[in-house]
Amino acid sequence: PESRVHLQVSSALKEGQITPTELCQRCLALIKSTKFLNAYITVAEETALKQAEESEKRYSKGQPLGVLDGIPIAVKDNFNTAGIETTCASNMLKGYISPYNATVVQKLLDQGAVLLGKTNLDEFAMGSGSTDGVFGPVRNPWSYSRQYKEKSLSKSHSEDEESNWVITGGSSGGSAAAVSSFTCFAALGSDTGGSTRNPAAHCGVVGLKPTYGLISRHGLIPLVNSMDVPGILTRCVDDAAVVLGSLAGHDPKDSTTIQDNFKPFELPDLTDVSKLSIGIPKEYHAPGLSGEILALWSKAADLFKNAGAKVTDVSLPHTRYSIVCYHVLCTAEVASNMARFDGLEYGHRSDMNKSTESMYAATRREGFNDVVRGRILSGNYFLLKQNYENYFIKAQKVRRLIANDFLKVFRSGVDILLTPTTLSDAAPYMEFIKEDNRTRSAQDDILTQAANMAGLPAINVPAALSERGLPIGLQFIGRSFQEKQLLTVAKWFEKQVKFPMIQLEEVKRLDPGVFQHQQSASFS
Amino acid sequence: PKVTAEVLAHLEHLALVDFRDAEGVERLQKAIQFADQLQEVNTDGVEPMDSVLEDRCLYLREDDVTEGNCAKELLKNAREKVEEYFVAPPGNIPLPKLDEQETSLQGS
Repeated sequence: PESRVHLQVSSALKEGQITPTELCQRCLALIKSTKFLNAYITVAEETALKQAEESEKRYSKGQPLGVLDGIPIAVKDNFNTAGIETTCASNMLKGYISPYNATVVQKLLDQGAVLLGKTNLDEFAMGSGSTDGVFGPVRNPWSYSRQYKEKSLSKSHSEDEESNWVITGGSSGGSAAAVSSFTCFAALGSDTGGSTRNPAAHCGVVGLKPTYGLISRHGLIPLVNSMDVPGILTRCVDDAAVVLGSLAGHDPKDSTTIQDNFKPFELPDLTDVSKLSIGIPKEYHAPGLSGEILALWSKAADLFKNAGAKVTDVSLPHTRYSIVCYHVLCTAEVASNMARFDGLEYGHRSDMNKSTESMYAATRREGFNDVVRGRILSGNYFLLKQNYENYFIKAQKVRRLIANDFLKVFRSGVDILLTPTTLSDAAPYMEFIKEDNRTRSAQDDILTQAANMAGLPAINVPAALSERGLPIGLQFIGRSFQEKQLLTVAKWFEKQVKFPMIQLEEVKRLDPGVFQHQQSASFS
Repeated sequence: PKVTAEVLAHLEHLALVDFRDAEGVERLQKAIQFADQLQEVNTDGVEPMDSVLEDRCLYLREDDVTEGNCAKELLKNAREKVEEYFVAPPGNIPLPKLDEQETSLQGS
């Protein structure tokens, strides 16, 4: 490992340059001063400080549990957390206190991480903007960055800050915003159609979607059982590798986790890419892709080419059906998964008492928003006896074709695919809400969705700022369970592009020392 | 082909959520239209895919009781309960058929 001149938070903790309690307090203070972002639904101040105290005791004895000991983290509010409210940004679960921790949450706590709070999302993770939850939309921290403000054509600052703010993307927008604004060092998201990578791209952070079956879904409130995965959001690829290392592996409580032995890895500093084969799928030049992102994508391909890698155009012919396929399979599984919310055992319960059915119907009418209800109804339609073969089974067949497209390309010698993550940079909220959730999701998930269909690992790496001063990310898709290779390439790319740090007033004000240095923005 | 009022009512009954208004029904129509694009794909001879992990054996553990006895914890989250029972309103009462005035499906 190369020697680093600047402070890194983990070694800073180890060397006593900062204590876990100080670190925790600073993050909590920053959460307060960035409250307008609406990234957090619940801030667990008391328990976080207690966890920080425990961590401090361990450090003082010279016995930290690992790299994550004392590191402040945030968790998307669709993961069960014992004793801390889990709402899924829905009226259906307002006030719900889970009796258990999701496996991934437990693993982080076992490593000594400090849980700062639960982050905001689209209701039940349905959406691509983090705008449709009951606690309101999440604001992209870059809306308030000097980089964005400088490029903004507005004259009057305060007036336009109010109407010009841009979305985080979704559905893990709160987690992305939390990491982007330095209020935590890593956050958990979930990824079913791109929900971790999309907001990562818009917020300028690293967003990793692991291979399906690598990380336990136990305790992650399910959307689509055959596609959901916990997602990891960090400020650099090395940090994502560290978090992955602490989360991956078989969980007896989730029988869809593979039983292979998982070995955490450190990422090598790749210098020679000449043995690498990068594939550029032409279908990812999707309608609506901004000229800016197209150019950046091309530039990235050239970067690899000039460094000696083999870069070839490849084809994934069924790409354009992926989003339609997803639409059917997602709504069908959602229809099934949302059936558990009936008001009897947990969550909201209507006062309607005439009959079980009328109570269920009223509870669900009161508890779910339009988006959720719409998907449940669509899903039930596709699952009707007369429709099952033509929609559900058909979609499952198309799914196989999509997965096979990837297999063919990887078998032809390609190691990694390079694609854009989003069609454009983050839209202003006022623009975004002009179209309905389903339309937006269909548009925004186009580039990320197929990886979920095929279960492949994929990562967003921030690449450059757009003309509007907002982050643009690029996506790498790898072979199943080849996270080490995927992250190694991503790390190399990250090093080449040197994505700028967000210039946020609130962050600067808090502590120039720990937060300003690029390297200390990470913990590993 | 437009979705019939009969199917709409059937869906509301199955899903136990309502379309609420004409917009909700329109949303379903659009969703079906969108999904119809799948018919363009030739899937002759293709097997449906349930899971990307279909080539692996699902994990099965020994049938040993390793946890449980947490009735008290689980009941904490329920609104209506009596001793160790979740209390539901009377069952076997079908939802009332909405009359013309009240139907939310008027718009279709």
